[in-house]
Amino acid sequence: MAQPFTLAHIGYMLDGLLWTVILSALAFALGGVAAFGVMLLRISRFRAVRLGAFVVVQIIQGIPLLVILFAVYFGLGIFGIQVPPLAAAGIAMMIYSAAFLAEIWRGCVEAVPRTQFEAAECLALTRWEALTKVILPQALRLATPPTVGFMVQVVKSTSLASVVGFVELTRAAQIINNSTFQPFLVFGIAGALYFAVCWPLSAWSRVLERKLHVGRH
Amino acid sequence: MKYKFDFGALVEYWPQLLDGALVTLEMTAISTVSGLAFGTLVAIGRRSHNRALSRLCGAYVETVRNTPFLIQLFFIYFGLASAGLRLPVFVAAVIAMVFNVAAYTAEIVRAGMDATPRGQLEAADSLGMSTPQIYWHIVLRPALERVYPALTAQYILMMLATSVTSQISVEELTGIANNVQSNTFRSFETFIVVAVIYLVLTLILKLAFWLLGLALFTRRRRLGTSL
Amino acid sequence: MSAVIELKDVHKSFGLVEVLKGVSLSVARGEAIAVIGRSGSGKSTALRCVNRLETIQSGEITVCGHPVHDPRLDVRKLRLDVGIVFQSYNLFPHLTVEENIMLAPVTVKKLRKAQARDLTAEALARVGLAEKAQAYPEQLSGGQQQRVAIARSLAMQPQVMLFDEVTSALDPELTGEVLRVMEDLAKGGMTMLVVTHEMGFARRVADRIVYMHQGRVWEVGDGTMLANPQTPELRAFMSHDL
Ligand SMILES: Nc1ncnc2c1ncn2[C@@H]1O[C@H](COP(=O)(O)OP(=O)(O)OP(=O)(O)O)[C@@H](O)[C@H]1O
Ligand SMILES: [Mg+2]
Repeated sequence: MAQPFTLAHIGYMLDGLLWTVILSALAFALGGVAAFGVMLLRISRFRAVRLGAFVVVQIIQGIPLLVILFAVYFGLGIFGIQVPPLAAAGIAMMIYSAAFLAEIWRGCVEAVPRTQFEAAECLALTRWEALTKVILPQALRLATPPTVGFMVQVVKSTSLASVVGFVELTRAAQIINNSTFQPFLVFGIAGALYFAVCWPLSAWSRVLERKLHVGRH
Repeated sequence: MKYKFDFGALVEYWPQLLDGALVTLEMTAISTVSGLAFGTLVAIGRRSHNRALSRLCGAYVETVRNTPFLIQLFFIYFGLASAGLRLPVFVAAVIAMVFNVAAYTAEIVRAGMDATPRGQLEAADSLGMSTPQIYWHIVLRPALERVYPALTAQYILMMLATSVTSQISVEELTGIANNVQSNTFRSFETFIVVAVIYLVLTLILKLAFWLLGLALFTRRRRLGTSL
Repeated sequence: MSAVIELKDVHKSFGLVEVLKGVSLSVARGEAIAVIGRSGSGKSTALRCVNRLETIQSGEITVCGHPVHDPRLDVRKLRLDVGIVFQSYNLFPHLTVEENIMLAPVTVKKLRKAQARDLTAEALARVGLAEKAQAYPEQLSGGQQQRVAIARSLAMQPQVMLFDEVTSALDPELTGEVLRVMEDLAKGGMTMLVVTHEMGFARRVADRIVYMHQGRVWEVGDGTMLANPQTPELRAFMSHDL
């Protein structure tokens, strides 16, 4: 029998939202660290390393996140590791974010004029010193808007964690809908909650982008 | 402990997986064409001088871009069903995909249209071209050409996102994979194989879009100019 | 007196195009050499080979005792002895003038901050920009930026300074301030290799002038060489250039 939709349901969804935010933060933090590593490989001095990293990134970007998630979930399962859904989702999203963020950041690093690197090398800085003291600080400025924009992507993607039974916002909404049979209302509210998190990030990214362009000309 | 891989169990499901891949491609093709058409209309609406229309299009784009596809899918499929409209899952999924990808298309195409040099508009105007003519020749066509790489990248992402429709039991590649893994209990192997199939689909699409680009935009190729 | 910079039959190609076709040149300590020649004659390439921004196909380059042609060369050691200033300044836009200059002494030579700051002040004073230490590059004129770039190189106390058309991007009224700094350097005994289009500067300041043509050292002489060229190529070059 259909239950009426109550305030308690909203509370349940807000709990779900909290887990959505936690998973997003986890995925973004882990993914960011991994992305930095991958980005370094992508700009390596050695052709083979660059190529290898490129292929790995292309592979990850050519597979749906949902399939990565299943592969991680079942893959860890077969080693007898009973993974909590949060961990499986976190790992899958880390892999996914790493590939996309690495490409975004590589683009920003390569947008810094080569002559800056040359000038640093001519001052006897090592490659690493040139990268960290000269190139990255400049790339950081360029990278902020698209990185914030990608955070929106991460938040939205966490909805897929619902399929391995992790009770974040989407799973919470599904559970409530199964008992109340009010999909427009339930998924409408869930959508609004996602919007409340994502839209400010999108707007922030746009503002940063505009500032960057004003600053440059 | 040692796990023994067994891809052999999957062999008999090969035809099903292939069917799933074809369904994925079918959904992608329909949503690409419809999404491009609908999205372009939204982009035009967004640039319209009619404030209400422009706002409406803007709100639609922002709503879609800031909510997950899975929620949009559930909203449409379960929502319409609760309102008495029981659509086949395939139809509901394609509607959700078009609804989704059109918003991204609109944003990309709009950026391309905004990049039209002012001088060209003025020149076209002084040549006495009609507004629809100007729109097609001076604004839209070059815009599509400009943003073609961004658009095709978006449609490849959409192809990957079709996997999400397995959650309303569409029998596309991931949906089939779910059936296969529950029949064979070779879950990991199944998703490895499916991942590889998706990779192949991605490569096929990339190649197809590249060839299409060569065929469509012959002018740029001849002149070797960027727009 | 032994040469500080020595090029022996240097050949350099980009792909199939041979840009340096056997360049030989010897520069003594304290000498200021002006390198002139048409666009595309290989002046920049020669300069870039000297501090290993480009690698050469054959020949020998020795700079301050470093065998530059040797693939196993420790490039950073070479760069400690050789400063270079580019046409496009290449200051680091995210750092102040002072930070631009201090960066290398602190990170590479591990100087203490206070020590590096003194060094910076000294270098800035030499180029007449002591009061601009806290400015960002974008707040400076082109001439000032170029002088900062020179100070940045000087702060590393190199044995040799290379200049590649450092005034070419500047408005004519700003070239003077940069050339004056370079003239002071030359008078102070710095060994300098200066690629330039400023014939007046070449004549007045350079100990020797090298005319490059089609990847070769075509003519070498002192300031009077420009007034009576020995080769038709230099004659043509001078008549076009002046
Ligand atoms: N990285 C490169 N790759 C390919 N060709 C190059 C490269 N750098 C220079 N060249 C070519 O080498 C030749 C010599 O160039 P170089 O820059 O040394 O000339 P230049 O004498 O400094 O001229 P300018 O007065 O214009 O600066 C030119 O034909 C140029 O096109
Ligand atoms: Mg040059």
